[in-house]
Amino acid sequence: MTPVGASDGLTGRVCRVDDIPVGEGRAVEIDGRRIAVFRTRHGWYAVDQRCPHRGGPLADGIVADGCVTCPLHDRRFDLASGRCQSDPDLRVDVYQVVVREADVWLDGAALPHEVTAMLVA
Amino acid sequence: MSSPPIVVVGGGIAGQSVCEAVRDRDAAVPIVLVCGEPRLPYDRVRLSEILVSGEAPEALQLRPEEWYADRSIDVRLGAWVEAIDLEASTLTLAGGASDGERLAYAQLVLATGSQPLLPPIEGIDLPGVYPFRGPEDCEAIRLGAAECRQAAVIGGGLLGLEAARGVVSQGAPVTVIHLMDRLMERQLDHGAAEMLAPAMADLGVEVQLGRQTAGLHGNGRVNELRFADGDRLAADLVVVSIGIRPETSLARGAGIACSRGIVVDDRMRTSATGVLAVGECAEHRGVVYGLVAPIHEQAKVAADTLLRRIGLDYGGSIPSAKLKVMGVDLVSIGEADADQSAIAEFREDRIYRKLVLRDGRISGAILLGDIRGHENLLEAVRAGEEVSDPLARLVAASQATAADLPDAAQVCNCNGVCKGEIVQAVNDGLPTPREVMAATRAGTGCGSCRELVAEIVTLVSGESANEPAYLCPCRKQTRGELAGLIRAEGLDAVSQVGERCGTGYDCGACKPALAYLVSEIKGNRHREERDARFINDRVHANIQNDGTFSVVPRMYGGCTTPSELRRIADAAEKYEVPLVKITGGQRIDLLGVRREDLPEMWRDLGMPSGHAYAKAIRTVKTCVGADFCRFGLGDSIGLGVEMEKAWEGLHTPAKVKSGVSGCPRNCAEATVKDIGVVAVEGGWQVRIGGAAGASVREADILTTVETAAEALRVTSAFLQYYRENADYKERMYTFVPRIGLDRLREIVLDEEQGAALRERLAIAKAAVQDPWLERDEPYHPNQFVELVGPPA
Repeated sequence: MTPVGASDGLTGRVCRVDDIPVGEGRAVEIDGRRIAVFRTRHGWYAVDQRCPHRGGPLADGIVADGCVTCPLHDRRFDLASGRCQSDPDLRVDVYQVVVREADVWLDGAALPHEVTAMLVA
Repeated sequence: MSSPPIVVVGGGIAGQSVCEAVRDRDAAVPIVLVCGEPRLPYDRVRLSEILVSGEAPEALQLRPEEWYADRSIDVRLGAWVEAIDLEASTLTLAGGASDGERLAYAQLVLATGSQPLLPPIEGIDLPGVYPFRGPEDCEAIRLGAAECRQAAVIGGGLLGLEAARGVVSQGAPVTVIHLMDRLMERQLDHGAAEMLAPAMADLGVEVQLGRQTAGLHGNGRVNELRFADGDRLAADLVVVSIGIRPETSLARGAGIACSRGIVVDDRMRTSATGVLAVGECAEHRGVVYGLVAPIHEQAKVAADTLLRRIGLDYGGSIPSAKLKVMGVDLVSIGEADADQSAIAEFREDRIYRKLVLRDGRISGAILLGDIRGHENLLEAVRAGEEVSDPLARLVAASQATAADLPDAAQVCNCNGVCKGEIVQAVNDGLPTPREVMAATRAGTGCGSCRELVAEIVTLVSGESANEPAYLCPCRKQTRGELAGLIRAEGLDAVSQVGERCGTGYDCGACKPALAYLVSEIKGNRHREERDARFINDRVHANIQNDGTFSVVPRMYGGCTTPSELRRIADAAEKYEVPLVKITGGQRIDLLGVRREDLPEMWRDLGMPSGHAYAKAIRTVKTCVGADFCRFGLGDSIGLGVEMEKAWEGLHTPAKVKSGVSGCPRNCAEATVKDIGVVAVEGGWQVRIGGAAGASVREADILTTVETAAEALRVTSAFLQYYRENADYKERMYTFVPRIGLDRLREIVLDEEQGAALRERLAIAKAAVQDPWLERDEPYHPNQFVELVGPPA
């Protein structure tokens, strides 16, 4: 379990900024869930780690244009909405990422789908 | 509870453009458009048209009412935002049906536009004095012009001249009063401005330059202008068009940083989190754009930001303006003057064409009387094209056709549509210019680009039968085009190529292809960016369906030793490898290895990577050959090991599996390999392009050579030719028939060309390093870590 109970309603410090190479993703764990956190050149994103298609590790996918492509069978998910572009029945939960100094914080509650609130990069 | 919407404040071109750009990217996100005016967004750029024609303002409406309903855009007409509460993310509305409503927003876009600038002079508020900004002003000016004796327009800029033309069309004599010493001084140089004045005079518009209006006078209604030098001009209708003032009061009231306009960054974000600004109200890098083309560029970036999409940053716009006055063709692009220029001038025909250069690059153009090639020149300015003979370039522009335009060239300035979008629409199956215009909106503004749109549609529908293989289908860029760009500009990283031409931005499927291309061109001396690589090439192992990896150490020619076998066995036990499998390529595969165990396992194995996970040189399978086999004609193991060592670690467009057989019995199955060599009586038969996968293809015989050394030389030349010319993921069995065996022989067997190919292969090979050595020097401390956690 990750430490819980920070200010501003943030519920968990999940890793440090430097833990994730630029342009890549890594899995983190919060409240027993695995979440893929992405450090793109244009900001941070977080979605479920597990691809709903066949369980592929989304943190290992290639990221471009705000989407991640699952390394197993190329299902492509929008990092902001969680929707799969090729299969409307597939979607992943998206989470709020906030970067405070050298730390990455995550709100353990999934954002409602379609929310596009701008995240602090 | 439904999530709060994106709220766009301002029903002008900018607000509309943001709505369009967001909807293009996301069909569902809720949008509210707050329009202060009691009408749907209209094309203000064409305002002078209704001044001339007297048509109702609805003629300029950008989209019909159904458009908003069909796209679930909640439009609030006649509603003003009184205040923004940044803390609560809410707006207070006033007016219309929304009066007094508090509206919550997820994100806010300020597209509040501008107000006409009115000089603080006496009499500016007299009846008969009008700004030229909205349909109401048009109506008043029209009515006034119909019965006035003499009209004056204060301001000789683009809008002022259009207004003057509108007034004169109602039969009233007009004088344009301009403070500066030439018309449209921001867009024109002296030469063009001097030629513009008589063209306006021909239309009935008199021009007075260097005139400062000190006051407006009249008894209950304007009847006279008085100038600073004491002169007077009788006028009973005065139109004021001296510029714009960004409308920032709402933003200032909320404490958002403003300078001249609302200050935005390269993502169109203001100083307030979740609040963006677009259009004439925004100030980007100290510039407020009062033109339409930049608005569309800004709106696209804003939409990407709103939807948290990666897109290109907004780096500012090249100002370009087109005078919409019947009978006078005028386009100005970028700078009017710099350190060098070429001018083609034909006074009697009133043609003035100027190309402006700064540091040898095109930085501006003025086209008066003959505006042919203006799209071509706009693109040249945007790209900062280098030119040695500017006059020749100017001539070439006038002869440029639709085919010469790059996809990025803006065709429709009114609606910000580039050639690529029109090409896409045609390729998507729209058959006629009419349908393409309806779908893309190109040509639906001022209409001056319709001919060009039609030309492009014709061109593309004729061409589409011959679609090339794109490396990046999203941006329609071929391997050849990208290779040319990388070489010409010396690019050495995937992100640089992306920044330069957008490849790799849209779907990212081409990033690994680009990574290969960059590495190949740079002979493996490129800047490696691992985020462009597939996971296998980040951890140098093959991902399995459960997220574990498989490890295949290299065994040259399929030969191993007892010591290697012992280490493999020990590692398999130590790391609890669930499956040890002999592969078809004569290797040992350790399957089900945890990612975190990879570096240690490689260290324990003490063998180089077998590259079984990569598009690279895989295995060279060999039979026993002459040393032990009683049928053996040639030393297949010897040649196979040599080939594998010569090529080991080289990446290729698609995987390359090879084989060497010591006699035509072909135990190494060399005739179904990408590269296969078979010992025959008196020499070696070299085969290429075989396959034994989903389909089976017998490899073609490239040549027969006498010695093993020659076989290595020939196959190496072919391998390099394939590395340099195949499309990404194109296996040799597709590449060989595509290029043709005869052509391949001409190149590969040619002494000079073959030697050059082998030299480039050697250069690339010299920079190869065993990727498994990253166990000691990872490119990132967490290279082999799947799960990261918070600091203890």
